[in-house]
Amino acid sequence: MWVEFRSEIRHNAPAETKMNKFLSVVVWGMVVAAGTLAVGVVAIRRAEPINAMWLVVAAVCSYALGYRFYSKFIAAKILALDSLRATPAERLENGRDFLVTNKWVVFGHHFAAIAGPGPLVGPVLAAQFGYLPGTLWVLAGAVFAGCVQDFVILLFSVRRDGKSLTEMAKEEVGRIGGFVAYAAVIAILVILLAVAALIVVNALKDSPWGTFTIAMTIPIALIMGLYLRRIRPGKVLEVSVLGFILVLLAIWGGQWASQTPAVARVFTLRAPSLAILIIVYGFAASALPVWLLLAPRDYLSTFVKLGTIGLLAIGIVALHPTLHMPALTRFVDGTGPVFAGKIFPFAFITIACGAISGFHSLISSGTTPKLIARETETRMVGYGAMMAESAVAIMAITAACVLQPGVYFAINSPAGVVGQGAAAATATISSWGFPVTAADMQALAHAVGEQTLLNRTGGAPAFAVGMAHIFSQSLGGQAVMALWYHFAVMFEALFILTILDAGTRVARFMIQDALGHVYQPLGRTSWYPSTLATSALIVGAWGYFLWQGVRDPLGGINSLWPLFGIANQLLATVALCVATTIIIKMHRTRYALVTLLPLAWLVAVTFTASWHKVLDPNPRVGFLAQAKALAMGPATAATPRLIFNNRLDAAVTAALVVLVALVLIESVRQWSAVLAGREGAMVKEAPFVMTRLAEERG
Amino acid sequence: MIRLLHAARILLATLREIFDEAAYSRFLSRVQMTSSPAAYAAFWRERESAESRRPKCC
Repeated sequence: MWVEFRSEIRHNAPAETKMNKFLSVVVWGMVVAAGTLAVGVVAIRRAEPINAMWLVVAAVCSYALGYRFYSKFIAAKILALDSLRATPAERLENGRDFLVTNKWVVFGHHFAAIAGPGPLVGPVLAAQFGYLPGTLWVLAGAVFAGCVQDFVILLFSVRRDGKSLTEMAKEEVGRIGGFVAYAAVIAILVILLAVAALIVVNALKDSPWGTFTIAMTIPIALIMGLYLRRIRPGKVLEVSVLGFILVLLAIWGGQWASQTPAVARVFTLRAPSLAILIIVYGFAASALPVWLLLAPRDYLSTFVKLGTIGLLAIGIVALHPTLHMPALTRFVDGTGPVFAGKIFPFAFITIACGAISGFHSLISSGTTPKLIARETETRMVGYGAMMAESAVAIMAITAACVLQPGVYFAINSPAGVVGQGAAAATATISSWGFPVTAADMQALAHAVGEQTLLNRTGGAPAFAVGMAHIFSQSLGGQAVMALWYHFAVMFEALFILTILDAGTRVARFMIQDALGHVYQPLGRTSWYPSTLATSALIVGAWGYFLWQGVRDPLGGINSLWPLFGIANQLLATVALCVATTIIIKMHRTRYALVTLLPLAWLVAVTFTASWHKVLDPNPRVGFLAQAKALAMGPATAATPRLIFNNRLDAAVTAALVVLVALVLIESVRQWSAVLAGREGAMVKEAPFVMTRLAEERG
Repeated sequence: MIRLLHAARILLATLREIFDEAAYSRFLSRVQMTSSPAAYAAFWRERESAESRRPKCC
């Protein structure tokens, strides 16, 4: 049985000796001093570029202090973690879903599930405000909000037999809570899948090298699936290594493809063509058996993801590059080219998963609580894994900010904002005070093996250029920059496509579950007409938003990413409502600020952002204002559709806000009823059962 | 050295869990089968629904 008690015993050991206490005070005092210095340098220095190591030191110290003191405070004072209480993994162990598992294994499993493209893309986009806002929010947001949310939801799920967030919301807040959580999850999935697909489209358009490499991952995944099924059943690690080698060959082959005119022509695709191919792929992946395409691709992407994140961390520490982006740019006033909107609330909406992600609460109340061996391990898994995710966001900020600002804006700005053609775009960007020339951009594009890097919105290409810059300086020099760039594009596209096919399936099952209440056969996942119809429904929904993004003259990201950020943070609002309600029912009201403060902040951020996105009079910010501007401007064949799309986006945003406002009102009503004694403080926990693992421990 | 070996063992166990190798081993011992294409197909039949419902984050 996989249980590790030694660290537990150490934590619960009696009072430390005086000497140990003294040493502890000295060591933690040094961490505080180093962290204060690093955050101070990051926040105050303006005269010259700073080194990325200041960000690394600030992050390491913040996480160390947050974990050692804040999470321990939450564990002891609010949650009262009980190592003697049997977890569902022990009580309901069945060798399948419920399984007592080593805490490091659960940590790795949980981190692999929560780490997606969000913490890479969001901070890269938010870098248009400079490195400072993103860094401060990623650190403070993670320590005081994101990690707290993941930790408390994980523990509350563990105490409720591994129940999901929607079930907990229904039981603790009321039926409306469960319904809103369900609606928010569907909305997030649809918008997330659309925006993820758009990022891939923008990274691959007019890029024969990138398109060839990503196209090759489909036969590679099929080969892996067949190998696993027929040749070496179950040898996943082995086949993942084989798949990784094949992917490296595909990257190398991509260079050949891009330099062979006949092949390059086939793989040079415009954005609409790529969008159609991705929609077809999404439908096929949702309808095919899991073992054939989805699972092998998932294994391959996880393998590449864990390896690349580790490699990037090593690269940043080894190279400790200089950040060329200023601490704050002129675009804090809301006139940014990457996306429109002021620093508040849009920096916080854009960064999303690197600081707090509502989606994490689904994983904290999904697979993970069914694997936890001891309640005390929820701290390391819930709080700790989110810290690791936040560290990934810090790496993304670093990768974006090592670029010259002019280059960063040239890559990330849509043609609709900076002008058509290299000369116009670079002249516009230089006029903002970020000098860049058409020749610079051409040379960079040539160095990474692309025809152009202009107007490659979406964050992924900028991140890939930054990552290639870091990697090539650590390993191989400028000569291999093109290989590193396409490795980075492959890395991002691979796990974005994994999200696409896994997310489409998850959404399909959710829809089938709901439709099953209306007409039973529709709920049967093995009934092919239902499978095809619900797959088409989900793919059609995200495909619609994707198409909208592809045709958007402002690049699509400007409207879709904030929509995704708002939906994601609104789900976090629901999770924190549930958490606060449970804390109050547990008679820990005096500590409720721990979840109430992040909740208040998220309400302020998401409701303000939603107001701006719906009603702001600036057409670059407000959906309705843009629809009005389009209606008043010169009419083209696409104008009616663009107007409809903007109104649809406004309606989706407004509907989400109204639903979450209902949960908030219902939660506040519950809190006041419990505090005033009108309702009993009844939590729906599973009864206490003494752990057998403690007896084994002796 | 022992600590290093212990860490390597944990790392391998983590990878085996993430990549479902451990789940397949548990399946084999639960249903008293040896590894084969048929056993792996049976494992996936059992796992398909749960695997497809597992959310992956953004």
